[in-house]
Amino acid sequence: MDERNEVLVEIKSLKKYFPLKGGLSLGIKKRAVKAVDDVSFEIKKGETLGLVGESGSGKSTIGRTILRLYEPTEGKIYFEGKEITNLDKESLRKLRPKMQMIFQDSYNSLNPRHNIGYIISEPLIIHTEMSHNDVRSRVQELLELVGLKTRYMNRFPHEFSGGQRQRINIARALALNPDFIVCDEPISALDVSIQAQIVNLLQDLQKKLKHTYLFIAHDLSMVQHISDRIVVIYLGRIMEFADSDELFKNPLHPYTQALISAVPIPSPRIEKKRKRIILKGEIPNPANPPSGCVFHTRCPIAEDVCAVEVPEYRELESNHFVACHFADKSGKSRII
Amino acid sequence: MGKLLTVRDLVIKFYTFDGVIHAINGMFFDLNEGETLAIVGESGSGKSVTMKSLLQLLPSPPAKIESGNAYFYRNGEKVDLLYLSESEINKIRGKDIGFVFQDALSALNPVLSIGRQITESLETHMELDKKEAMERAIELLESVGITGARQRLYAYPHQFSGGMRQRAMIAIAIACSPKIVIADEPTTALDVTIQAQILELFKEIQKKMGMAIIWITHDLGVVARLADRVMVMYAGQPVEVAPVEELYENPIHPYTIGLLEALPKLGEKKKKLTSIEGTPPDMIEEPHFCQFASRCKFANEKCFKDNPPIISVGTDHYVRCFEDIKERIKVQKVKTV
Repeated sequence: MDERNEVLVEIKSLKKYFPLKGGLSLGIKKRAVKAVDDVSFEIKKGETLGLVGESGSGKSTIGRTILRLYEPTEGKIYFEGKEITNLDKESLRKLRPKMQMIFQDSYNSLNPRHNIGYIISEPLIIHTEMSHNDVRSRVQELLELVGLKTRYMNRFPHEFSGGQRQRINIARALALNPDFIVCDEPISALDVSIQAQIVNLLQDLQKKLKHTYLFIAHDLSMVQHISDRIVVIYLGRIMEFADSDELFKNPLHPYTQALISAVPIPSPRIEKKRKRIILKGEIPNPANPPSGCVFHTRCPIAEDVCAVEVPEYRELESNHFVACHFADKSGKSRII
Repeated sequence: MGKLLTVRDLVIKFYTFDGVIHAINGMFFDLNEGETLAIVGESGSGKSVTMKSLLQLLPSPPAKIESGNAYFYRNGEKVDLLYLSESEINKIRGKDIGFVFQDALSALNPVLSIGRQITESLETHMELDKKEAMERAIELLESVGITGARQRLYAYPHQFSGGMRQRAMIAIAIACSPKIVIADEPTTALDVTIQAQILELFKEIQKKMGMAIIWITHDLGVVARLADRVMVMYAGQPVEVAPVEELYENPIHPYTIGLLEALPKLGEKKKKLTSIEGTPPDMIEEPHFCQFASRCKFANEKCFKDNPPIISVGTDHYVRCFEDIKERIKVQKVKTV
């Protein structure tokens, strides 16, 4: 329990703006896409933190910025209590083995010209001084760990199915015994029966190796299943943050409620009776986000104040954070 | 409710350099007027191939329809879609049967305006002149929830977002008031919030126009929300057909059971997901025993020897499995308890 409360990763007021190119900049203020705008949260050691939102909400950008694959525009990132926001290349390289990533597109993230033995051993060759034989036996160990046969070592990525390729991705991420793994929609491209296999694998591995996950997805039911706590994000800002069970039993933000109600439940009987909140329109352009509360243009309970004032991100119930003017009111319209 | 479509004994093979792929092996199903039939299965199970074969959209070669019939009932007359001539099937495509594809960006023509793509079928099938067709196109765009339809007519597909493109495709599919709309995973590439919008839209349109919908998907949640009847496919064969509530509450085929168990339930936490181990078979070999046997937890020697028959297990409820499957499931349940 004591280990659980130790913080592994923390971000404070993280911002990531992507400047827009083109046009003359004759003294005109440069516009930017505000992919991540003032996001703070912490990830505890050994937990799985879920990050949900629609496409274009900035989920992946947050994941990549934490790993310093993108340079943050503003804000601070801490890893094991040490600030890593401004680490230089060399010290960052030393830190890399501790933080890894599993990508959504298991096809494009594996080099088609290398066999999988080499793909998995590459991090070992770069970051360790293991002998050739040690590397080989470590790769075999990893393949077994993720449920692939060791004789596949000499095969190439295209010879594997989507689920198997995702296992290879996981093996590569695990090669250096990382403490922290960012899983960027690792299952959304897979078939249902295979999704369950990969999620089970990720959970088994966590139990065995005690690493920490940041699990990014848009499939709420899977996120709920795998996460301890969940961050709901919209247009680069946090809308709600709570324990996973709490979030589903007691969603306070109208956006969270709409997201939950949009997920079809595999039971015709429940589906018939369910109250549904259908959001109007689509996620606005992050280059030109709405004023006040960014969600007000689609919010079913928005009032005049929402277009003007940015709602405070506050702890409405214990360990349950929400950014909405009327969260206490909206909480009364439960949906499940 | 009258019958619209009867497909029987359909066999489709793909002749490729790697060998003959047995894509569809004995497909059968019925479609009634005004109903929504969901077809569920993994990628490669033959959902899309079946539907494309109905409109003769499969590239041939490599595809070849080996045998089977697909009767479409039109104005009291019965035609076999698989053997119609090019000009005859052209009269049915887009007129009696509309198609909504998964990937709207590649299904729409990038160099024609949205308006042109909608009016095209109106002018060919409904014999409207340009002006009438344009007016009708505006109505259609409005009915699928696109605002500012009059201006949007002149927009091109790349100027639309994913959800809007899907709406435009739906407008094209329903333009000539078809009897059947085939929707091939139309929401798979969309966000849940947009998916919810599109599902509502389909329901609304169906209520208004009364057409039958064939909905191809791998999402059992979507099926529960939308379908009247469900067909589960595995490796080119239907393995279970049932009314939607019956299928979810009383699944018989081990694959259906596995699929339903593999889903996490929203709002209730299970320790571990039950997964179906293994992967679908590659379909190079001609099936002469149950295709699911190697992944089935109820399988015995018989399953690796013979092709299972299609048995009736309830009203409108058919399963491709051996007669004793119910007992086998019961025995297993007793053991685990």
